[in-house]
Amino acid sequence: MNNTADAEVVFRIRRFDSEKDPKPHYEDYRLKVLPGMTVLDGLWKIKETVSPSLSWRVSCRMGICGSCAMMINGLPRLACNTQIAELGTKVVTVAPLVNFDTIRDLVPDLSSMFETHVRLKPFLIRKDEHESEHPTAEYKQTSEEMENYLQFSYCIKCGCCMAACPTSASDRQYSGPMPLAQAHRYNVDTRDEGFDARRNELSGEAGPWRCHFGSECSRVCPKGVDPAKAIQWMKRSLVLDYLHLRKRPQAAGLAPVPKDAKRREGVPEAPKPTV
Amino acid sequence: MRDRTLWTWHIAAGVVILVFLGLHMAIMHMSNLLGLFNPAGGRPVEWANVLARSQSVFFMVTYIVLLGAALFHGFYGLRNILVELSPPPWLKTTVNAVLLIGGLGLFALGTWAAIAANHLPHAA
Amino acid sequence: MLTQKHRSNHLGIWGWLGGGRWGFERYLYILHRVTGLGVLAYFVLHIGVTSMRTLGPSVWARTMAQVEAPIFVLGEYLVFVAFGFHAVNGIRLVLLELGISVGKPFEPVYPYRTSVHHQRPLAIAAMLLAVVVAALGGVNLLSLHQ
Repeated sequence: MNNTADAEVVFRIRRFDSEKDPKPHYEDYRLKVLPGMTVLDGLWKIKETVSPSLSWRVSCRMGICGSCAMMINGLPRLACNTQIAELGTKVVTVAPLVNFDTIRDLVPDLSSMFETHVRLKPFLIRKDEHESEHPTAEYKQTSEEMENYLQFSYCIKCGCCMAACPTSASDRQYSGPMPLAQAHRYNVDTRDEGFDARRNELSGEAGPWRCHFGSECSRVCPKGVDPAKAIQWMKRSLVLDYLHLRKRPQAAGLAPVPKDAKRREGVPEAPKPTV
Repeated sequence: MRDRTLWTWHIAAGVVILVFLGLHMAIMHMSNLLGLFNPAGGRPVEWANVLARSQSVFFMVTYIVLLGAALFHGFYGLRNILVELSPPPWLKTTVNAVLLIGGLGLFALGTWAAIAANHLPHAA
Repeated sequence: MLTQKHRSNHLGIWGWLGGGRWGFERYLYILHRVTGLGVLAYFVLHIGVTSMRTLGPSVWARTMAQVEAPIFVLGEYLVFVAFGFHAVNGIRLVLLELGISVGKPFEPVYPYRTSVHHQRPLAIAAMLLAVVVAALGGVNLLSLHQ
């Protein structure tokens, strides 16, 4: 693509306002493109100069909040992370994330994804509930144990994987890559004792059984979370559990503060808790 | 049965099919290259060869095992494809019932045929 | 706040076929389904046809004569090729879906190397094996019809 100062692209944006439009339609907007301009910059330019009603979600503009996920030239991407020049096309087609209902313009309804996510219990579950709620010490964990789940903890819940998944396209019962990868993230965290609590849900239709390794989720993930990997490891652990061959890992123990520890000179006390 | 259970058996059936259907394909479609289990020579579908295999207990048993594994694997796969299209609950129940009954029916037919063929009279 | 009516934006069955995205593993997934359905359709008919052997040699010979036309011979070869692909890709899927050859988790550093890259050699080896199987079946078929 021509990278000179007067380079132009056409943003072909899928617009939809249920109060005015009977169905979604595409509208074209011409834009002058400057070097380093992202798709998000383009959307702001259009909103500021041409179409103030254009709607989308945005927050951090630096690829960490996951709000601006949308279909850009047919692939689910973060608008803030996608340089217009990198796309290399004269027409940039922008549409809301597929496999979710559309609220308006480029705003998808992510509530189904988050409801499924909550159902799979994405939090540490300990048998000692009192310690969980009123912690007295840290849980001990080696860096090797952390490596087992760290990659999956980088998920920013943007929904790109859900849009890419072929099964999520048609199957409303399937949990989708994000909830499953996050359930696995907790299952393999040595601080967690919730495998049994999640097993019932994961053994049924909400489980990983309708993933067929199309692996599009891992291709499109903007943070390298690799949900496809998490899902295959989850299948392995669930099948081994079914065959009574799964080795139950030792849950992380507490690392209490030594009783005779002394504060070093000059190190101030922590502020009192406010919650 | 839960999806986890069915999926595990689906995979196991796949491995069984790999072995037995692999052998069947080798016999029927690589006869000139390998010449397996065609004692009368010629084409594998000639009556003498078909009879020889039918009357073997080994083939009768392996045909029935292959039949069961393949019907389960295939019909469960088909069921998955149809259910992934999110049919309404009544249609999903219908699909499950039709495939289960159809699968059992075909298993009964194939098993009867394998046992009946095992009792065919020897060639004159 | 949100009084607007939401509009469904699910791709449905078109989402299986790529919806605009064409990763190599997605082709394999589509082909695995298509070959599975093809082999299953043949198999259901096959149970009926081969049951004819229970009725004796003359019925068997008549049944075989009906399926000797070139279209059936070609069809059977295609089923053989479909089986070859489905079996080999199936081995690959059994390995991957039991956690073998997807790779262990590690801290992602851009450019990301995911399980897709990790299993790519296995996928390529599987496809080459499927081609070998198809070729062997083809050689056998041609030698039978010389």
